[in-house]
Amino acid sequence: MITSGIEEKTFVLNLGPQHPSTHGVLRVLLEMDGEYITAAEPVIGYGHRAHEHMAENRNYQQFLPNMGRVDYLHALAFNQGYCMAVEKLLGLEVPERAEYIRVITNELNRLTSHLLWFGAYLMDLGAFTPFLYCFDDREHILDLLDSLTGSRLTYCFYRFGGVPKDIDDDFISGTRAFIHRLRSRWADYDNLVTKNVIFIHRTKGVGLFTKEQCQLYGITGPSLRGSGIPYDIRKSEPYSAYPQFHFEIPIGENGDIYDRYIVRLREMEQSCRIIEQALNKLPKGPIMAEKVPKRIKPPEGEVYTAVETARGEFGIYIVSQGDVKPYRIKLRVPSFANLSLMVESFKDNLVADVVAILGSIDVVIPEIDR
Amino acid sequence: MINYFKEILVGFWSLLAGMAVTIRYFTKPIVTVQYPREKIKMSPAYRGYPRLIIDPETQTHRCIACEMCARICPSQLITVEGIKFPGEKQKRATKYVHEHYYCSLCGLCTEVCPTSALEYSDEYRLAGYHREDAVLDHLVILQLRQTAAGLPVTAIPSAEEIAAAAAAEAAAKEAKAKAAAAAKKPQAGEEVKE
Repeated sequence: MITSGIEEKTFVLNLGPQHPSTHGVLRVLLEMDGEYITAAEPVIGYGHRAHEHMAENRNYQQFLPNMGRVDYLHALAFNQGYCMAVEKLLGLEVPERAEYIRVITNELNRLTSHLLWFGAYLMDLGAFTPFLYCFDDREHILDLLDSLTGSRLTYCFYRFGGVPKDIDDDFISGTRAFIHRLRSRWADYDNLVTKNVIFIHRTKGVGLFTKEQCQLYGITGPSLRGSGIPYDIRKSEPYSAYPQFHFEIPIGENGDIYDRYIVRLREMEQSCRIIEQALNKLPKGPIMAEKVPKRIKPPEGEVYTAVETARGEFGIYIVSQGDVKPYRIKLRVPSFANLSLMVESFKDNLVADVVAILGSIDVVIPEIDR
Repeated sequence: MINYFKEILVGFWSLLAGMAVTIRYFTKPIVTVQYPREKIKMSPAYRGYPRLIIDPETQTHRCIACEMCARICPSQLITVEGIKFPGEKQKRATKYVHEHYYCSLCGLCTEVCPTSALEYSDEYRLAGYHREDAVLDHLVILQLRQTAAGLPVTAIPSAEEIAAAAAAEAAAKEAKAKAAAAAKKPQAGEEVKE
């Protein structure tokens, strides 16, 4: 625990819990030597909602809406992780078309998450204009997902054994038009942000994560790939229909904020590629598995599944004792590990860079507190 | 030294390029919707709070008070009561209250309904001044919608009617049990004889 040391001539600065750039209720205690940080400690748990405990008191279907609220920015990946785990327990086979719909909606959701990060992060750095452009783009995806899932943020769309609603021609043509539009915006984003001299000076060489540190702390997602490790669950442990698509894993070189930014931008382009391929190859058939029991009561057993969310590896571990309620659910969330390393990398940085590093990880606080 | 000036020039140019983007978008038409004065139509799939469907044939709801929705609701917000009225085949809802303030709009209730009696509404303005504003009595809402559509209004059974129906049901049950017992007795006697 950090205590202010009078002898060492340091003082403690409190960041948060209600600070506009902590993206939620995160409190960070910074021990400062002048303008430099000598130690940092996160204080988490302000938004604790006991999701894991709730799972023990609800049956399998009743826990579905909770998954949209752990990570509200990439809710569909959490939906998918949970559904995959329960399907594995039940031994259900998901139809091909349902898997494709899952991939398409999941990647659209990843785009919204990255676009929101793009806008919110640049707002942290002091640029207001890019926020308006990326939210304009994001709005189109939200409309598309709204027409399919019925909600705009906390989705609860996947069901055990498939998806409840099929995509229609309007959705397909709308998605194609949107991808065309988004691709035409990359040049604007580059001119507005990536090439901007102020942005480059604030991000290059700041908040370095070395490969060793990343492996030590178990961080995943774009933050890890920014440090040059090509690890992506979609490639290393392929799930759903991902093995059928061609896409690359963009990686950075130095592991600074700029690299993490570039990785996210290039990942958005890869998501567009996946969606396009999925729309082109969309098979016909049912969207729900046959013989899905009305009363979900999996046999005894334990199961772990992992999916790649916009922030890294989300893992869910379910212990079933053959009851209608799960005996125990453990959620492995990416932001928690990422936060630990982020706090470490605050050391020897200026206080002005704290917000820049904090935003570059793309932490979602409800996911850490869960 | 040359690098220093080059950096300044490139940096300055990058700022101009950024300005050019904003100026280009400045001349494009405005896409903002001025919300309270203009409203966008909700998409047909929008998940508002669930409400009872007006059946086009019977012009009333289809709820049979099976309480499936009340049981599946993750937050246990739905209270359904129903009773079998004399001369009717199935139970009919006498009370359908949805405490909307904790609702996460997951839609499990509409999916589980065996008679497809529920649908999503397109209502998105859900703010209220009191907690009681969020307690939705769906039978009352149904009446309001029926009045608006010019349909005959489904009356909500009064307490006396429910009590009468319950008494009638109990009496019917008793009569049935008696009849069953009466039908069983001779049989039992026969068995003893053999």
